Amino acid sequence: MATDEPTALERFINGILPENPVYRQLLGMCPTLAVTNGMKPAMTMAAATAFVLISANIMISLIRGLLKPHLRILVFTLTIATFVTIADRFLAAYVYEMSKQLGPYVPLIIVNCLIISRCEICASKQSLKVAAADGVGMSLGFALALASIATVREILGSGTWMGLRVMPAAWPGWGIMVLPPGAFLTLGLLLAIAEWATARRAAKGAAGRKAAAHHHGGS
Amino acid sequence: MSQAPKRVNYIGQAWLVILLALLYGGALAGVQNTLSGKIAENKKNETYHVIPSLVSGADAAKTVELVVRGEDGKEAQVYQVMGPDGAHMGWVVPAAGQGFADRIEVLIGFDASLSTITGLYVLDQKETPGLGDYITGADFRDRFKGRPTDEPLVVVKSDPQADNQIRALTGATISSTSVSDIVNAAVANLKEPMLRQAPGLPED
Repeated sequence: MATDEPTALERFINGILPENPVYRQLLGMCPTLAVTNGMKPAMTMAAATAFVLISANIMISLIRGLLKPHLRILVFTLTIATFVTIADRFLAAYVYEMSKQLGPYVPLIIVNCLIISRCEICASKQSLKVAAADGVGMSLGFALALASIATVREILGSGTWMGLRVMPAAWPGWGIMVLPPGAFLTLGLLLAIAEWATARRAAKGAAGRKAAAHHHGGS
Repeated sequence: MSQAPKRVNYIGQAWLVILLALLYGGALAGVQNTLSGKIAENKKNETYHVIPSLVSGADAAKTVELVVRGEDGKEAQVYQVMGPDGAHMGWVVPAAGQGFADRIEVLIGFDASLSTITGLYVLDQKETPGLGDYITGADFRDRFKGRPTDEPLVVVKSDPQADNQIRALTGATISSTSVSDIVNAAVANLKEPMLRQAPGLPED
């Protein structure tokens, strides 16, 4: 039975693209939409989420043998809330400006379903090594997704990337991309592209197999 | 059988939760202890940065930090704001209170006689994004400018008819009222003590 569970390497790879938190699981939509108007806030959020996700996965995996089924969600929440508070205080102490800019979205990491779902799906069932690999993979996948959305929004909306000018000075800056509607538009379009690419690859794979079985090339 | 109900062993069920709560509580206390000084320093730097916008003609470098004992018996930090020539221009008073979501911390600017509010700045808040967090915007903060301190401010939902009325933010009446209550409480608590202890300070 234990052999059915994905290995550490599979968990790590799955988190990045095949089971990407944003593009595949559609989890963590609140930060995905709220803090991606620039690369800097998006990457700060990705780092804070990674800290919480990896720490919570490790902690839950360590105590997984002691969890009572009906109290497990309580333990998950308690653990996640603790690490979120630590992350929040660290940001307020060392990157004060960014902490002010992110405002309530850092405390709101507590309700990011990505984290509690990894505790439930992986960390409460698998070894420390697998849980840690899962946390790192999912964190990278989340960071990649936030970066993709923030890149589009910051370049089109402000003409900059990571605060550095990348568009010609004449670029007017599409204000809407910085505002909430820009988040929905960008996420929708990028999701559509991701779906389209997946469908295309699947169709190609199927056609390739068919061709190989029937005609040996051609068509 | 039904006479002796089965006893549930609560400790056996919950010991892990209790232990973790204690452990996490201790860890958070440690983090708070380690970082609170640094966070307070960040807030003080920001205070000095915004002093000129709260009291016009102020030179932040000449600010005098004072500790005043309020009407509630507690000590409060206030800033006596000076002009470039050393003249007393006004006051900046940090104050805090419960908002809609979490504590709101503000800085209130007053003239030298503490009779008029000259500015308001929100130092920390976690109000609802897109509604209550507009309390940080200049549009809302400027509604406090020029208000007299002789009677408490009142939040209204229509155009203000009197000097002490503040128009609420649409959809964020509780956040608006919280800020106004914080200002009222600070005035009630500190106005008289500050005037008593000002300007010829360290007397004792």
